[in-house]
Amino acid sequence: MPKYIAKRLGLAVITIWAVATITFFLMNMVPGGPFLSEKAISPQATAALEAKYGLDKPLLQQYLTYMWDSLHGDFGDSLKQRGRTVMSIILMKFPVSARVGGISVLTSLLIGIPLGCMAAFKRGKFLDSLISVVATCGIAVPSFVICTLLLYFLGVNLKLLPTMGLASWKNYIMPVMALSFYPTAYIMRLMRSSMLDVLGQDYMRTAKAKGVSGFRMLFKHALRNAVLPVITYVGPMLAYTVTGSFVVEKIFTIPGLGGEFISAINGRDYTLIMGTTIFLATLIIVMNVAVDIVYKIVDPRIKLK
Amino acid sequence: MKKRALALLLAATMAVGVTACGGGNSGNNAGTDNAAADSAADNAAEDSADNAAADNTDDGAGQAEAPAGAAGEKILSVQIGPDPETIDPALNSAVDGGNMLLHSFECLLIVNEDGQLAPGQAESWETSEDGLTWTFHLRDGLKWSDGSDLNANDFVYSWKRVCDPMVAAPYAETVLGMVAGYKEAVEGNLDALQVVATDDKTLTVTLNAPCPYFGSLAAFATLSPVQQGTVEANGDAWATAAETYITNGPFYISDWVPGSYILMSKNPNYWNASAIKLDGIKFNLIEDANASYSAYQTGEVLMIKDVPTEEIPSLEGNPEFYVEPIIGTYYLSLNNNKEAFKDPKVRKALSLAIDREYVAGTLMQGTYSAASNFMGPGWIDTDGSQFIDNANGGNPYIDTTAHDANVEEAKRLMEEAGYPGGEGFPTVTYSTNDAGYHKVVAEYLQQAWAELGVEVNVDIVEWASFTPMRRNGDYDASRNGWVGDYSDPSNMLDLLYSSNGNNDGKFKNAEYDAAMEVSRTTLDAAERSEALHKAEDILMEEAGCIPVAYYNDFWLQSGKITGSWHSPYGYWYFMYADITE
Repeated sequence: MPKYIAKRLGLAVITIWAVATITFFLMNMVPGGPFLSEKAISPQATAALEAKYGLDKPLLQQYLTYMWDSLHGDFGDSLKQRGRTVMSIILMKFPVSARVGGISVLTSLLIGIPLGCMAAFKRGKFLDSLISVVATCGIAVPSFVICTLLLYFLGVNLKLLPTMGLASWKNYIMPVMALSFYPTAYIMRLMRSSMLDVLGQDYMRTAKAKGVSGFRMLFKHALRNAVLPVITYVGPMLAYTVTGSFVVEKIFTIPGLGGEFISAINGRDYTLIMGTTIFLATLIIVMNVAVDIVYKIVDPRIKLK
Repeated sequence: MKKRALALLLAATMAVGVTACGGGNSGNNAGTDNAAADSAADNAAEDSADNAAADNTDDGAGQAEAPAGAAGEKILSVQIGPDPETIDPALNSAVDGGNMLLHSFECLLIVNEDGQLAPGQAESWETSEDGLTWTFHLRDGLKWSDGSDLNANDFVYSWKRVCDPMVAAPYAETVLGMVAGYKEAVEGNLDALQVVATDDKTLTVTLNAPCPYFGSLAAFATLSPVQQGTVEANGDAWATAAETYITNGPFYISDWVPGSYILMSKNPNYWNASAIKLDGIKFNLIEDANASYSAYQTGEVLMIKDVPTEEIPSLEGNPEFYVEPIIGTYYLSLNNNKEAFKDPKVRKALSLAIDREYVAGTLMQGTYSAASNFMGPGWIDTDGSQFIDNANGGNPYIDTTAHDANVEEAKRLMEEAGYPGGEGFPTVTYSTNDAGYHKVVAEYLQQAWAELGVEVNVDIVEWASFTPMRRNGDYDASRNGWVGDYSDPSNMLDLLYSSNGNNDGKFKNAEYDAAMEVSRTTLDAAERSEALHKAEDILMEEAGCIPVAYYNDFWLQSGKITGSWHSPYGYWYFMYADITE
């Protein structure tokens, strides 16, 4: 196991390096630059800005400098948000997204797994159909539609919940609902189909024959075998969700990291593009390693090599 | 059994772990808030009350169901845009950043409710007879928001900082380009800039050439004073946190959550603090128009700038819906370097083929006004009257109400230019970014120019690529626009000067350039006015660009707000506002 983790970490470093390198050259190939606005900035000012951030150097040199600095933990200054470092932006905004996203993932697991199991157990019955309908809707309806509907009914019409910010626990309800709708639906479906597989196994029939109760059979004997696909899905999903959703954060005015991914690209904020990309890549890799470890724990038959 | 529990626990901790580390940060935020309040309460006895006020709002901020904050405080909650890119006066070049600066800083002069220059930090000012020396006399007892004294040297430092190549202020040339020694200063020799504090209360500025509108520049946010000690101690970061953002205007920032809100509190050290009725203004940094509209409907905010365009038809006639002109024009650039657009007749024909009333009134839902001139309402002539009233002998250059006659004229011009019925005219690519009404206008142009037999392809270009493309002249025809920084007509007419960086159409006309040069050097108000009008005459006759519509600001504002106003520069003035129930 330690050998396995060491190997995975080595691979992770190479993957992150590759992601960083590809991103660096791709973003520089796209036309435009960070210091453009509708009103022309004087050539002196543009030159001074480029010199200040080293953008006047040859691209290869910029790349080497960036890599060297980032190896030392310096991800540079944001080119658009003058006075803020990339690190400070991520440290300021990630916790906000992580809080909303973390709650959403937890919610989807707590609702998705039991409902998925129930649907499998009551296969073909009314409950199963109902859950299937809800799950299909959850997967088909995009989050901005859900956000808008929530905002309109719960916020504007009924005035039950505040529409913006994160001042109290009430503010979390709508964003969490919007963020967890899709993963909940997805987990329900995954859970249902893998549970159906497991329920068809011989040992389940044996359990049933021995008179084990339905609830006990489902949650004690079957769940552990059936939950593996869900774990596979939850790892990367967690990485994406905790780094924030552009749409949900924009609609509910949540000061999270999601918007930075998009605005960094739109504004050609090179250092911030690099910083957020490397951050997300790292997080996804970490989650994948974590998923493998959880696998091993859930199913000791799996060998990690 | 034990292992399964462990597995589930682990899966759960993966989620909770991240959640918990999020929770930890809110503690940090609270720490910062206190620091902000502390630094604001450095001196002065009256500050202690203010400190308590800031603390209250920190607790109550965001629960803004009621317009007023906690403990009977009068906090006005508004939305005038998303997170500003920067609120460093020297670095800002955007209107939403400008709105923040307007409430937190004060320049030597200000623009008052009637659009006239009025005393700000300077109580009086005068110009020498040759127009080259401007002297500003500061008020007594000026202070920064932290309670320390502010004097003329603070302006000297701040103005030199704007020229500093390491600061790279985008507006440096616009606001200080005419000051003697500017060229040396932008090369790095800051002390060459001829801005001198003759004593603590007097600031003397020497210009290279007379600049009749220098007063407007002295009221321009880029030239706000910034506190040397704070800026030097914190570098660019001084303008990113409430505690280091020391200001001299009616308000200071007491709490700032980037991406969420900027809370400004009344600055007790402001010279005119007794006239300020609000305890604070909360600028909600809402990015999405539908979200801000929802917040307005629930009463969480009392004024929103971003109104969803699809709601506009239902808002017409609503007394809370305002449409007011700002100085700016939505226009089209034709690339004069392309063979097809070299002939002024062709350019004019394309201009006349556009039904501006239809574009502004129907396509743009009345949020724009049809443009008959390049310089719309709000630009001020040298004698203080409206520039548009004196243009073309008081007549519109293009009669926007006579569309059919215009189209006939356009067809005739195309024929004269050698393209009868558009025969032989190359296909035109119209480039625009996709925002607001740009796409609808593009589709309309396809239809309108088809009447002249001109075929148009529309090319939608992403914003960050669009600007450099247009500037480099890599296009046939494109959308363009300008909103004035100050009301002197040269601000917009300069755009078509042959060597101007914003002359995207690459319009080159010797007479036009000559007229603009006269306007820059003459001291005689009548001669200057004549030169500026001549320039616009040439521009319209030659169709150097195609004005389509004048910009308006449209917004929703509750009747509960009294004493606020909106200026033709696109700014909202809430500093003297009040909330009535």
